[in-house]
Amino acid sequence: MYGWSSSKLPSRRAVLSGAAAAAAVPALSALALTAGALPEHGGHGPSEPGSGVPEAPPTPSPRDAPHADQRHAGHAGFQGGSVPPERAGIDPTAILRDFDRGRVSTLPDGRTLREWDLVAIDKDFEVAPGVTFPGWSYNGRIPGPSLWAQEGDALRIHFSNAGAHPHTIHFHGVHPAEMDGTPGIGAGSILPGQTFTYEFDAIPFGTHLYHCHQSPLAPHIAKGLYGAFIIEPKQGRPPADDMVMVMNGYNTDGGDDNEFYSVNGLPFHFMDFPVQVTQHELVRIHLINVLEYDPINSFHIHGNFFHYYPTGTMLTPSEFTDTISQVQGQRGIVELRFPYPGKFMFHAHKTEFAELGWMGFFEVRPA
Amino acid sequence: MSTDATPEQKPYQDLTPEGRRLPRWFLGLAPLILSAIVLGLLSLAQAPGLARLGDVPPREEVAIESVRLSAGQIELVARNEGPDPVSIAQVNVSDYFAAFTQSRAVIDPLQATTIKVTYDWVEGDPYEIALITSAGGKILVAIAAAARSPEKEPSFFALMALLGVYVGVIPVILGMLWLPFVRRSSGAWVRGLLGFTVGLLAFLGFDATIEGWELASQTGAFGGPLVVLLGVMLAYLLLEGLDGWLKGHRRTAVGAENTTSPGRLALLIAAGIGMHNLGEGLAIGSAYAVGSLGLGAALIVGFAIHNTTEGLAILSPWAHEPPRLAPPRLLGLIAGAPAIIGCLLGATVYQPTLAGFLLGFGAGAVGQVAIKILPMLRDKAGRLLTPLTAAGMIAGIAVMYLTGLLVRA
Repeated sequence: MYGWSSSKLPSRRAVLSGAAAAAAVPALSALALTAGALPEHGGHGPSEPGSGVPEAPPTPSPRDAPHADQRHAGHAGFQGGSVPPERAGIDPTAILRDFDRGRVSTLPDGRTLREWDLVAIDKDFEVAPGVTFPGWSYNGRIPGPSLWAQEGDALRIHFSNAGAHPHTIHFHGVHPAEMDGTPGIGAGSILPGQTFTYEFDAIPFGTHLYHCHQSPLAPHIAKGLYGAFIIEPKQGRPPADDMVMVMNGYNTDGGDDNEFYSVNGLPFHFMDFPVQVTQHELVRIHLINVLEYDPINSFHIHGNFFHYYPTGTMLTPSEFTDTISQVQGQRGIVELRFPYPGKFMFHAHKTEFAELGWMGFFEVRPA
Repeated sequence: MSTDATPEQKPYQDLTPEGRRLPRWFLGLAPLILSAIVLGLLSLAQAPGLARLGDVPPREEVAIESVRLSAGQIELVARNEGPDPVSIAQVNVSDYFAAFTQSRAVIDPLQATTIKVTYDWVEGDPYEIALITSAGGKILVAIAAAARSPEKEPSFFALMALLGVYVGVIPVILGMLWLPFVRRSSGAWVRGLLGFTVGLLAFLGFDATIEGWELASQTGAFGGPLVVLLGVMLAYLLLEGLDGWLKGHRRTAVGAENTTSPGRLALLIAAGIGMHNLGEGLAIGSAYAVGSLGLGAALIVGFAIHNTTEGLAILSPWAHEPPRLAPPRLLGLIAGAPAIIGCLLGATVYQPTLAGFLLGFGAGAVGQVAIKILPMLRDKAGRLLTPLTAAGMIAGIAVMYLTGLLVRA
C-alpha cells in the first residue's frame, strides 16, 4: 500500500484476531519484532490500515516520500513518515550544524565585525503530510539562521521586511534600548518594505535566541520568526560536535494549543533521519525553547546522561541529568558523549508533544 | 389554451409583429433561456461580483455524520457542508497521529468521505478525534465512551427487522384488541376516544418534528432543519391530495358526501401512523447502528406501550361499522410494518438529514390525520370541543408524554 510490502507483515487485523484481547501497542511491536518480519525501520506509523480495500490514500500520497519505507514499529508518527525536507521547505538535519558566522571583517580598533542580512519572508511550509502552514520566516526557513559570534564581536544585522506585516528582530543579549527590536523604541516596528540595521556587541557569551517582538506577540513568534543566537566565550569551548536544536510548535487552527511539535521545525524528522554522531565524541547541543501556547517544553535522552549549562553563560555545568525542562525563551547547553553505538531516542518528556512530532533518534557510529 | 380557439374569442394574443403565434412551451421556457443567456454573457464578460473575490481563504465546514468503532478501528463519515473543497490531511486521536484511509482525498461541497482510522481504542475510554485539514483547521469529534458498534452482519439486520416488529407491528395490533371495548361504547364515548386519538397524533407530530429538527441540525449540507419542515409539508399535501382523489372517485359513484368515510379515515390514519413509524424506526435503527442506543428491555417495553395506543387510534373511527376498505389486521400492518423498514434503513444508510426529513414526513402525515379526524368529534349539536372530547385529547397527549418518557432511557 505504501512503500513497504504489506505481504511481508502480519496485518494488524490478523495480529489482533490472533491475540483476541485488545493488544497493547508494546505487545504488538514486541510480537512483530520477535517474528523478525519487520525491517529495521519497520512501521513508522502505528500500523498498516486495512489492506485490500480500494481506498484513496490521504493527500498527498505517501509514495511521494522517498523514505516512505522507513517506519518505526510501535512509535507515533505520520502515516508514511515525516514530510521530506525538500517538500516541507525545512531541513532540520541541515539546520542542526548550520552555524552562520556572518560576513567577517576587522574594525579599525581591531575588533571583529560580523554582518548578516536577515529578511522577513512570508512562506508556506508543509509541516505535516498534506498540511500547509502559512509561515512567517527569517530568510525563508523555520527556525531562522543560527547566528554565531564570539564574545565581544561587533555585530550588524541588516534587517529588511519583505513580509506583509510589520516585524522586528528582538535579540536576547545586552544592548542599547534602541537596538532592542521593541515596537515604539528606536526604529520600533519595521514596516513591510522597510529596512533597519541592528548594531550591538556580542555579550554575554551563551546560548541565546532572537525573535520578532511585534504585537500580537504570540502569532508573530509562533508563525516562525525566531532563531538561535550563539555567542562563544572568548577563550572558546572544548572542541565538540556542535549542534543547534530549536524546540517549536505549530498552531495551525488558531486555537490555544499546538497541533504539531518539533525540533528544528519538522515534526518526526529525526525519527526518519537520525542525528548522526560518533561514539565517545563530545556532542554539544545548543537547546532553545521557542514553543508558544504551551507553557513548558522538555528534553530527554535515552540510555545516557548529559551535563546541562543553563543559558550557556557559565563554563561549569549545573546538573548531570537525562531530562531538563525549559519555559518559553529558556535555553541552555547539553553536553554528552555516547558510550555505546546504536540508536537512542530523544524527545520531549511531555509525551503529548513527543507523539505530536517532537521525538527523534541519535544514531551513534562506532568510533 | 386549446389549439382550436379562434382569435376573436381571446382577449390577449401572443403574437409576434409578423402575426405568427409562438408555441406555448416556448413562452414558458423563454424567460429561463433568456436569464441563462444573460448570466452566460455576464460571466463571459467577467462582470464584477461573479468571479471569486480575490484571496478569500477557503471555508472549511465539515459535519461528522457517523462514528463507528470496531476492533482497532474507528470509522467516521464526514460531510462537507461548506462552499469550498476540504482535504483531511491528518487524523489525531487524543493527541496521537493515527494511520487512516479515506474514500475521498478531497471532499467537494455536499460530498462525504469515509475515514477509517487505525487505533487501538480501549473499551469505555473517552476520546477526542481531531481531523486536521490541509489548511491546518481542526474538526473535532468526541467519543464519550468507546464501545464496539454492532457489526453489520445478516444477524444484525435480522435483529433490526425484529426490532421493527417489536416496536411497530406487535404493539399496534395489540392496541387494536380494544375493538370490542370501543364497539360497545356509546357515541359520546367514541367521540371521546377520537379526541384521545387526536391528542395522541398531535403529540406524535410535535415530537417527531422536534426530534427531526435536532437530527437535521447536525449537518447543514442539505439545508439543515429546513428539510424537516419540507417533510411535514410534503406529507400533509400528499395525503390531502390522496384523500381528495379518493373522495372524487367515491363521489361519482355514491353521490355527494363531504366528510371522509370512517373506513377511508382508518386507512388514512393507518397510513399516517405508518409513515410516522417509519421515521421512528429510522431513528431507532440508526441510533442502534452507531452504538448510541443500548438495546434494553425498558426501551422495547417503552416503545411497545407508546405504540399500543396507536392501534386504538386506528380502530376508533370505524368502531361502529364494519371496515370497507381493509381488514383490521391489514390496517395494523400498514401502521406498524414501516417501523421494520425504518429500522433496517436507519441501520444501513444512516444520514441525519434523511432521518430528519423522514421524521418530518411522519409528523406531517400524523398531523394531516389529526385534522381529518376533527370533524368526527362533533356531537349532534355540532360542537367540536365537548368536555369529553377535550378530556380525550388531554388524555391522549398525557399518555404519549408519559409513555414517551420510557423510551428516553
